[in-house]
Amino acid sequence: MTSKNRQRITPDRVTDGNTAAGKATADTKDRPAKGARLLWQLYWAWFRMGLFTFGGGYAMLPMIQKEVIDRYHWADEEEVLDYYAVGQCTPGAIAVNTATFIGYKVAGTAGGIISTLGVITPSLLIISVIASLLNHFADYPVVQHALAGIRVAVCVLMFVSIEKLLKSGVKGISSWIIFAAAFVLSVRQGMPFSSCRKKEKSSH
Amino acid sequence: MKTFLLMCWEFFKTGLFAAGGGLATIPFLKEMSLKYRWFSMQDLTTMIAVSESTPGPLGVNMATYVGNSMYGFWGGLAATLSLAAPSVIVILIIARMLEKFRNSDVVNGIFSGLRPAVVGFILAAVLDIYLTSLFGWSTFQKTGNPADLFNWSAIILFAVLLAFYKKFPKTHPLWIILMAGAAGVALRL
Repeated sequence: MTSKNRQRITPDRVTDGNTAAGKATADTKDRPAKGARLLWQLYWAWFRMGLFTFGGGYAMLPMIQKEVIDRYHWADEEEVLDYYAVGQCTPGAIAVNTATFIGYKVAGTAGGIISTLGVITPSLLIISVIASLLNHFADYPVVQHALAGIRVAVCVLMFVSIEKLLKSGVKGISSWIIFAAAFVLSVRQGMPFSSCRKKEKSSH
Repeated sequence: MKTFLLMCWEFFKTGLFAAGGGLATIPFLKEMSLKYRWFSMQDLTTMIAVSESTPGPLGVNMATYVGNSMYGFWGGLAATLSLAAPSVIVILIIARMLEKFRNSDVVNGIFSGLRPAVVGFILAAVLDIYLTSLFGWSTFQKTGNPADLFNWSAIILFAVLLAFYKKFPKTHPLWIILMAGAAGVALRL
């Protein structure tokens, strides 16, 4: 066990210390940070993800792919799917669970807590303002129109996200069978058509 | 003060038992309304509408709203933290265990079997958004008029945005969301 650990640690140190040192200046912005700076990075990344996610857990996927996978390389696609799988069967919002998971992986317990605080801050600020000032917020036509547009954006983003997931997460015949079975079962359970239905607009 | 702690406790319980995302919190909130009369059912309807129209996880939004309506900003903060605390604790424990089993073939095997299933669940969840926003499925069910089945302006906006996103895949998703929101207002979607 110890020899395995040592083996895993040493190559990292070598790349950190020697080879990567010269190149590091080129893309310092997105290079792995440490300590307080890393926690700050986690907080802001999850803040952004919370701020631009409409419609809960799954709709966060495009943002996660952009920030967590592509930009900061905190996790890869397969890991995110694993976290979703666990998040689905543990208590709490999937967005919070995923934030805790990735934060923990990147920076330990503090990272998990900071990421969760980041993802809930936008809700806290926005809802606090709306609750005290705009009680009829959801009834304004402007809000309704903007949301209808945003739902189309979610369709676009999820289209591309699922395309990526099918490429990376579903390989081989048995994979496709599991995928199809899970899809059909959750559709037949009435997950669509019933959940998350927006208030129907009166006909125009 | 007693009610404040009771509220925190109720949200902690909700966070602990509502598995599977935001919609699962609604039954808990209904019970809270009936049991304590902290807010009416009508308030709850408004809160759900606002939570669905603002960014962020539905459960978190609901907790903030309820806490805020009872005790102002700090109430919202306390309710939200109480709601999130159980899942943070549970996930931290699981994450620690998973770390130990990372090299286990059994655990890796289970996860590689679960991954395609998760993709299937996501696709099923997304189908719902497609049916409601691009295709007027609910209107069609009521009127039976095939013309209601296609929400043309939304479909065209979808095609345009998708083409744009495919052409410039580096675009941050938030720009797509902002553009679509503006287009929604301009087109009166």
